[in-house]
Amino acid sequence: MQSVAEKQTPLTFQQLLFKLQTFWAERGCVLQQPYDVEVGAGTMSPDTFLRVLGPKPVRIAYAQPSRRPADGRYGENPNRLFRHTQFQVILKPPPVRIQEMYLESLEAIGIDLSEHDLKFEEDNWEWPVGGAWGVGWQVMLDGLEISQFTYFQQCGGMDLDPICGEITYGLERIAGFLQDVDSIYDIVWAVEPDTGRKVTYGDIRLPEEQQYSAYGFDYADVPKLWEHLNLYEAECLGLLEQAKSIVEMDELKKLRFPVLGAYELALKCSHLFNLLDARGAISVTERVGVMARIRTLVVGVAKAYAAQGEALAMPSREV
Amino acid sequence: MSEFLFEIGLEEIPARMIAAAEAELLRRTVALLERERLIPAGAAAKSFSTPRRLAVLIHHVAERQDDVAEELTGPATKIAFKDGAPGPAAIAFAKKAGIAVEELKVIQTPKGEYIAATTVKPGRTAAEVIAAELPKELSAIYWPKNMHWRPGRPSNPDRFVRPVRWLVALLGHAIVPVEFGGYTASDVTYGHRVLQGPAPVQVKSPASYAATLNEAFVMADVELRRHTIRKALDHVCRTIQSPAGCRWREDHALVDKLTHLTEWPSVIAGAFDPEYLTLPEEVLVTVMRDHQNYFAVEDKEGKLAAHFLAVLNTVPDERAAVTIQHGNARVLRARFNDARFFWEFDQRTPFAERVDLLENVTFQKDLGSYAVKSSRVVTVSGKLGAAVSGKGFAFHSEALLDAAKLAKVDLTCELVKEFTELQGIIGGLYARAAGLSETTAAAIYDQYTPASMEDRIPSTAEGCLLGIADRIDTIAGMFSLGLEPTGSKDPFALRRAANSIVKILADSQLPLTLSEVIAAASPSDEVAAKLKAFFAERLDFFLREAKGQAYDVVKAVLAVGADDPRDAVARAEAVSAVRSSDDFAAVSAAFKRMKNILAQAAEKSVAAAASVDDSLLTDPSEKALAEHSAILAGNVQRLRAAGDFKAALEAIATLRSQVDAFFEAVMVMAPEPEIRANRLALLQKVLADFSGIAEFSEIVTAG
Repeated sequence: MQSVAEKQTPLTFQQLLFKLQTFWAERGCVLQQPYDVEVGAGTMSPDTFLRVLGPKPVRIAYAQPSRRPADGRYGENPNRLFRHTQFQVILKPPPVRIQEMYLESLEAIGIDLSEHDLKFEEDNWEWPVGGAWGVGWQVMLDGLEISQFTYFQQCGGMDLDPICGEITYGLERIAGFLQDVDSIYDIVWAVEPDTGRKVTYGDIRLPEEQQYSAYGFDYADVPKLWEHLNLYEAECLGLLEQAKSIVEMDELKKLRFPVLGAYELALKCSHLFNLLDARGAISVTERVGVMARIRTLVVGVAKAYAAQGEALAMPSREV
Repeated sequence: MSEFLFEIGLEEIPARMIAAAEAELLRRTVALLERERLIPAGAAAKSFSTPRRLAVLIHHVAERQDDVAEELTGPATKIAFKDGAPGPAAIAFAKKAGIAVEELKVIQTPKGEYIAATTVKPGRTAAEVIAAELPKELSAIYWPKNMHWRPGRPSNPDRFVRPVRWLVALLGHAIVPVEFGGYTASDVTYGHRVLQGPAPVQVKSPASYAATLNEAFVMADVELRRHTIRKALDHVCRTIQSPAGCRWREDHALVDKLTHLTEWPSVIAGAFDPEYLTLPEEVLVTVMRDHQNYFAVEDKEGKLAAHFLAVLNTVPDERAAVTIQHGNARVLRARFNDARFFWEFDQRTPFAERVDLLENVTFQKDLGSYAVKSSRVVTVSGKLGAAVSGKGFAFHSEALLDAAKLAKVDLTCELVKEFTELQGIIGGLYARAAGLSETTAAAIYDQYTPASMEDRIPSTAEGCLLGIADRIDTIAGMFSLGLEPTGSKDPFALRRAANSIVKILADSQLPLTLSEVIAAASPSDEVAAKLKAFFAERLDFFLREAKGQAYDVVKAVLAVGADDPRDAVARAEAVSAVRSSDDFAAVSAAFKRMKNILAQAAEKSVAAAASVDDSLLTDPSEKALAEHSAILAGNVQRLRAAGDFKAALEAIATLRSQVDAFFEAVMVMAPEPEIRANRLALLQKVLADFSGIAEFSEIVTAG
């Protein structure tokens, strides 16, 4: 009986997250916490970008706050955010029923598909900086793009085997759709059960949007940003240089070699690039060059990660 | 005879790829069955497709191939048989042929007597052939982008557009166990994802395929779906109350896309706040069409109405229709809101002041910023303007230079960053909104047209000149850096840019030649020479591809002049118009002969006289040719000057009787040196007088 009432009240922002987490946990996904380094998309979290490499099966799901400085609008645009939230599901290898599972997840968050128009439209994904691409769709529900569905084919310039299925839900969009609000800031994030008071997305996040946008567009110190970028890059390159001899390392050193640390340094560079870009500090000419520098880091880390995995899988040569 | 049905079920195929793949599957299946002698040539066949399937239905498939009798020749009788008894060679041969020794026979060949065996190769059943061969045809289907989906590369060869999800193969009522992509065919298909759900659907016979799917909410026939969508668009449009008499804006490409995006289509109408109609129509239509797949609606006068039509992949009940309409309207409102935000935001910075911002936008690393490029384009525009003014062509010089200066300014606008496909157009709209002259605004608006050979050219002379100036600056700049197109590589789309220049010159009234266009960009001599050859190639391409002129006509026309596209087009059209007349063909052939004679004479160092000496013309036929051609030359000259190339060519064709008579009666290479030299001079003069329109010797004549 309670379910009838539930259906009539759309999910709050946090209920939406709970439902998706529960749905995918019940289908064998490990629920990971959001990654704690700035990323532009859930794909860049090592839980996707690195775990898709190699033969090991993976089922993992997590919400990932994603920062896109250029999309900041000082909190004044009802549809665009400096930082939005993606819910990312990674299934390697992809189950045969992956599309059906996805549709069931929509039902689970209160979307009765028989009352809506659903289309899978071609949308191939590419992250040149990561040497990564896949084919897939944008899922359109009543004209709204609610998810990205991708079959990863390559990552770090390497063919994936098995390939990986990735589903990315845009949480703010879906919540706005479910709650039928025109502004992201009007999304109900939570309701206090005792008072019935609604806490909105704007209550929680508006100051962040205002201040991050101002920082990104007006305050960020361009020479300092370049300096940070150069420092992170140099350290990452240093680690990648050492990673070249990973095969020769002893077992313990192999295990502890910080490829993951190198990846965080590469992510820092990527975020700094996005900040510089939003600040208008990168000319088109420079752009290509800086992107190539970051590609060297990201692809380098992916290769080192794969090499480390292989080296650890091999019997130690010192035995 | 049976019917054969094959269906491959896939996760949603990209809409843009479906039509070609459907046709290819049909072509391959028919060719396979014909090759295997399982269907007569021209057997009835039909194909189907939806986003989730490709299918073929083929009639009159034989149950099995006919047996084929084959005669195998063995060793010579004298080797195979000793004293009438079969030896080891005969036994081995019989074994190889699969028959008893007694069944061997003797045949006579030119090399003597041999033993032979008649064997019957039994025909395979259709099911065997299809199961063995069809998978190869499936793997060979071309997809613009493939993917892997099953583990085990590289040994697992599965590569297809999207994962395979089921196969149906029925020959009559029997399942053919075709294997592909990890599936073995059955008689089970699947219907509409939502309306039918995941429950399997059995196909009882090939002929019932379309009807079975129809019950499962899938309209498998593409043309039926297209027709349904068109009818529904018409119908739903009529339900719009206000403004009365609305029509949806015809858009073949969008109808096609939605036909391939749906299995069970219907149409709903939605509305938006008429306040958004204050935004430029170009922006509204782009949002609706390119971003949302909606059809725009216009009133009786063709003005955009505040409605849209959306094609759904479902047929909703009334309640669901309201929900879906509400959802689509909400998305559109958000998009329009964004566009309005950008439209207003951009205009807070005065348009003309944005010129300075172009310094931060790089055009090309070695060619500088767009600010630098714009100042170059101003210079080039000035030179082109001076060239046409010099020939008495009137236009607004100031408006052109303003447009050249401001043409790229919209690259700094948020709206262009959002709708890159509208660059130029948005610049024109902002220029108009900023109160610049209509001529300037229109030139900016049109700067990227024509985008293709089918596109129109800019509507004003200033727009044409700006379009030429911008493109020749880019082309000359890239060439000067050695970045010209090579082979199939043309990363900067310079060929397309040059095609557009040629098209503007050919289709406008601008009195401009290609060499004047090239000169306006002030290239070095070396680059200028390369550009000349590059544009000659483009003009050749334009005449053949855009104007449909025959290869030999294009060659003939360009041999006498490749600098003035409009003139070249007119000459080519005139040649094509007259080439089929007997007189013209005969004169062309005669001209070719004259050219050959002159070439041979030159080879033997036999010189022609400096001019024709009438007193040395001995034969009446050469006198007649000299006289008539002299009269005709003046005539042809006048017609050419008037641009009436067709009449000029028809006049030239009247020379046939004199030319024929001349070659009938006269031997050019006469023994007397002065007569010979004089005749050669006559031929030279005739050729010179009449070859100004085309090099007739290039025309391929029948026989």
